[in-house]
Amino acid sequence: MLTFTIRRLLLAIPTLLFISLVIFLLLELAPGDPLADMPMTIPPDVKEKIRLSLGLGRPMHVRYGLWLYNLFVTEPLHWWDAAFHTTYSEGMQRIISFQTRAPVFDTIAERIPQTLLVVGMGYLVGTLISLPIGIISAYRQYSWFDQFGTFVSMVGFSVPTFVTGVFLIIVFSVLMPTDSMFWLPSIYDTTHQVTDWASFVKQFKQMAMPVFVLALYQAAQVSRYMRASMLDNLSQDYVRTARAKGLSERVVLLKHVLRNSLIPVVTVIALGVPSVFTGAIITENVFKVNGLGQQLLLSIQGNDAPMVLTISFIFAILIVLFNLIADVLYGILDPRIRYD
Amino acid sequence: MTDHTIDLKAAKPRNQWWDVWDQFRTHRGALIGMVIFAVIVLGTLLGPFFWDVDPKFINIRARELGPSLAHPLGTDQLGRDMLARVLAGGRITIAVGMTAMLLSLVLGTLVGVLAGYFRRLDGILMRLTDLFLALPLLPLLLLMVMLFREPLVLSFGPEGGIFILIVFAIGVTSWMHAARIVRGDVLALKEREFVLASRSIGTPARRMILRHILPNVMSPIMVSATLGVANAVITESALSFLGLGFPPDFPTWGRLLNDGLPYINLSPERVIWPALALSALVLSINYIGDGLRDALDPRIRGR
Amino acid sequence: MKMKSALMGAACAFALAPFAAQAERGADGHVNVIYWQAPSILNPFLSGGTKDVESSSLILEPLARYDEKGNLVPYLAQEIPTLANGGVSEDLTTITWKLQEGLLWSDGSPVTSADAVFTWQYCTHPEGGCAQLSKYEGVSTVEAVDDLTIKVTFGAPQPNPYGPLVGAQSPILQKAQFENCLGTKASECTEQNFNPIGTGPFKVVEFKTNDVISLEANPNYRDPAKPAFATMTFKGGGDAEAAGRAVLETGEFDYAWNLQLAPSVIAGMEAAGKGKTVVGFGTLVERIEMNMTNPSPDLAEGERSTAAHPHPILSDMRVRKALSMAIDREILVEVGYGAAGRPTCTIVPAPEVYASKDTSCFTQDIEGAKALLEEAGWTVGADGIREKDGMKLKLLYQTSTNAVRQDFQALIKQWWSEIGVETELKNIAGSVFFGSDPGSPDTFPKFYADVEMYANNFDGTDPQSYLAGYTCDKAPSPANQWQGENINRFCDPAYDALVAELGRTGDIAKRGELAVKMAEMLSTETHTIVPLVDRGRVSAHSNTLGGVVLNTWDSELWNAADWFRVK
Repeated sequence: MLTFTIRRLLLAIPTLLFISLVIFLLLELAPGDPLADMPMTIPPDVKEKIRLSLGLGRPMHVRYGLWLYNLFVTEPLHWWDAAFHTTYSEGMQRIISFQTRAPVFDTIAERIPQTLLVVGMGYLVGTLISLPIGIISAYRQYSWFDQFGTFVSMVGFSVPTFVTGVFLIIVFSVLMPTDSMFWLPSIYDTTHQVTDWASFVKQFKQMAMPVFVLALYQAAQVSRYMRASMLDNLSQDYVRTARAKGLSERVVLLKHVLRNSLIPVVTVIALGVPSVFTGAIITENVFKVNGLGQQLLLSIQGNDAPMVLTISFIFAILIVLFNLIADVLYGILDPRIRYD
Repeated sequence: MTDHTIDLKAAKPRNQWWDVWDQFRTHRGALIGMVIFAVIVLGTLLGPFFWDVDPKFINIRARELGPSLAHPLGTDQLGRDMLARVLAGGRITIAVGMTAMLLSLVLGTLVGVLAGYFRRLDGILMRLTDLFLALPLLPLLLLMVMLFREPLVLSFGPEGGIFILIVFAIGVTSWMHAARIVRGDVLALKEREFVLASRSIGTPARRMILRHILPNVMSPIMVSATLGVANAVITESALSFLGLGFPPDFPTWGRLLNDGLPYINLSPERVIWPALALSALVLSINYIGDGLRDALDPRIRGR
Repeated sequence: MKMKSALMGAACAFALAPFAAQAERGADGHVNVIYWQAPSILNPFLSGGTKDVESSSLILEPLARYDEKGNLVPYLAQEIPTLANGGVSEDLTTITWKLQEGLLWSDGSPVTSADAVFTWQYCTHPEGGCAQLSKYEGVSTVEAVDDLTIKVTFGAPQPNPYGPLVGAQSPILQKAQFENCLGTKASECTEQNFNPIGTGPFKVVEFKTNDVISLEANPNYRDPAKPAFATMTFKGGGDAEAAGRAVLETGEFDYAWNLQLAPSVIAGMEAAGKGKTVVGFGTLVERIEMNMTNPSPDLAEGERSTAAHPHPILSDMRVRKALSMAIDREILVEVGYGAAGRPTCTIVPAPEVYASKDTSCFTQDIEGAKALLEEAGWTVGADGIREKDGMKLKLLYQTSTNAVRQDFQALIKQWWSEIGVETELKNIAGSVFFGSDPGSPDTFPKFYADVEMYANNFDGTDPQSYLAGYTCDKAPSPANQWQGENINRFCDPAYDALVAELGRTGDIAKRGELAVKMAEMLSTETHTIVPLVDRGRVSAHSNTLGGVVLNTWDSELWNAADWFRVK
């Protein structure tokens, strides 16, 4: 397993380089213009000059090479400098966003806390509640609990988050009287800092709706896979054997069946974790959480190639990494799975 | 998968598919699901014959009306009849949702099974999956429109061409989850005793996959199918935002949801009806999937 | 009145303060502003986006701004230089501004004419990529005559010399701060671009790009009693609905910018009673542009939508006129804009002196339109669609993705179908449509459609450069990478002559006459551009925010210094 992991990690480097090239080409070829959202009152010749100042006059391969150089040389040097107060990166231009004219990594660093907090929390809560729901739904198949869970998760998944989000805002921010203790803010305050109990309550309140929306969506998805996989395993011979041996239901269920049912669930969770980092575009927008998802959307709409490329590349790293973790976990969950 | 089942049933009567059908019939949830699904499909297909109001007709004097006899679901901001729009939207939504889901499922299952079963293909196919997962969706879709919209519209007509484009766009960008999930299950399955046993008697790979592997990964595939329909419908509405979708006056459930959203405070029914229709569709597919999965499982069958 | 309320507020908030006799800076506490487009940068020279220009106008100020009626009012200048007071030279080639005395930057250093000169150098640097370069068009030098006197010299007589250093788009930067940010270095100066030092009522505490700006009152603001608010949060992002909701329904925010929402939605929000909307009109006109060239996909790439192939249908003025006559502009306004729109027949609806008074297009005339089409030889075919010489009267109508525009498309399609015109609708994501990527077939300058709809306006109060965009040589074509303002490919030597004449004319009444004539040539005379709606701007403020004066000629936040809390 160790050699497998090392081999896959080494293989990840060319894979990621290739992915970055494909993303770059995709952004190049896709229609769009970083100056599309500028007012029409700016004449075309001025726009052309701006385009040149953004470095768009240089040929494609030069721009890609520069981005790679910046990513692997300038940025690490800069971080080194920032950490140890050295000056190796002086005079070197970092990866600059077209939209903000600021280093993209600064913006990303600014965005990560709220994204991890809100989206991560939603993901965590959703996953944690989905597992027991899935297990109980399968164990008591077609009970009222299962039926109710199925109904809620299907509605939760089929109604898009932009509808559930707005619906919650209408109920808890608009219709709820402002002085009620159940009133929740419709706009997330990213400058808010938790210092005492009152500010913690405020943070809790402003996170409540986005976390709920995300958790519902996530739980709907994972609990379906959990349930299906448990059902598959509950009818297997080894379960009968275990029961015949006189093992308690608890042990049968949680030790034998659950372990064998986790493979698809692990896959789904591993696929979901990287998306926590790119944020939840729609939910972030509905509640103005302004995390990485909102930034990515703005950058894509604004055709801000350096920002989109960098965020997508980080996302690609996480995808490759977590899919590798999933593969390793398969081997642990089911030792018969071998890659070598 | 449903098509597959029916085809075989018609071609070879009195084979194991009859057993499947018998088992399926005893599944109450599946039957109810079938009925609801049939009602939705027939409703959207035949509905316009009974409710022959033009969904695109604007009556500016009948704007934003509540439910009434003339307009059972009210009217929208341009005075278009909502019932007619929900019915007309349903046809295209269901068609897009089902076809795109089938395409992504077939692609995902194919990649998943090949990668899981043949070790040589695993590396390359999974790296391809990683690549597709990492691609930013919006630019990819925009690029597809730019490259394919005009040729497709020219060769298949505006509606046919755009239908193909949308189904293709959704299918090509949403197969990766199914692929990873199926592969994970196949990896575990192919080390099971019955597979080893079957292989030891020299069963060829093709039959191994069709006979032993596929039936055993049915349940995650069914879940993917259910979730896939909802996903496809929502993606379609996002596409129409990008200008990739059907012409803007063409109602689909996703677009009705989008259009109704600003009015949620004034007339919540404009959001509620399409959302309800969508949920009912997804729920019915879910129950059909449930029943089908049970019916296909020989261990449950006959119990 | 305003003073009194501010004073009362101060008295309440600082009941314990020893003397609350006069209005005090910062006495009204905190104010929340929401823009549904988040500012990316606070340097308007590096981004022309409205959100960036308006947010930076809280911090950076020009010599003079336009007020809500479009008149110039001095900000950093003592007075507006004119021919009458000798500030503008007789030959219209120089304008001399005098800075107010004793002005300080928010860091405490004095404002001098060197800062103004530097701003000109900054923006006109050939490698800087300055978005406001056109403001300095024709300027040969900007000199500091003395510490307070700035002299701008133009290369040729300039009938409208109020471009440089005037208005929210072209404020004055601090030389000391931006000295090392010239040319290619402009993009590297993140710290400066995010935290510019200014003379405005507020200064930046923290700028989170594309998210939120925390501001506080500028301690060195020239009026010691202002601003009334000690701090401001400027939140960005989301959509217009959410912004409107936050001000009008939940009361979380005090001011929301540009609520592009259906009138019934706004009315519903206002009914909650937490705030009210304000409307202002400028020069923004929603219009349908007719393609004078043939966009048919049968033509080879490079030939499509170029002057080489006149449009087979729309080249006939009668067809264009019929299409315009079939439109009921009153209903468009009612459906799409309500109080924030009014029907218009001209592309220059304001200022008064330049605006055409023609209202001939206001009444819909379906029968007249049919008759015109008959006259042009288009007869109704079997399927109700008109045809002529075997060609169907079928148009492709494109616009950007936007709820109101899609409603307009549906309405106009129906009206056109009543006169026997078949319309295919197409909507394109704004980021593609308004871009000018020469590789994309879907951009508005490329115009691979028969008609398209969008809104356009001009900066400031002078339409000269706007009208000059419709000369023959400004037509987008493959030769100029599809860059050009003459979207319709309109071409009339008589019009070009008028453009030249306008450039030479200084007398305001004469200029008005010319501009009206030119605008009418484009719209009501030839129906090349079919103006639909004069679009106003709706913004909303809470009931407790006082002093809001909506200004569409400059930044909406132009008078944020005068805002106060209604108690």
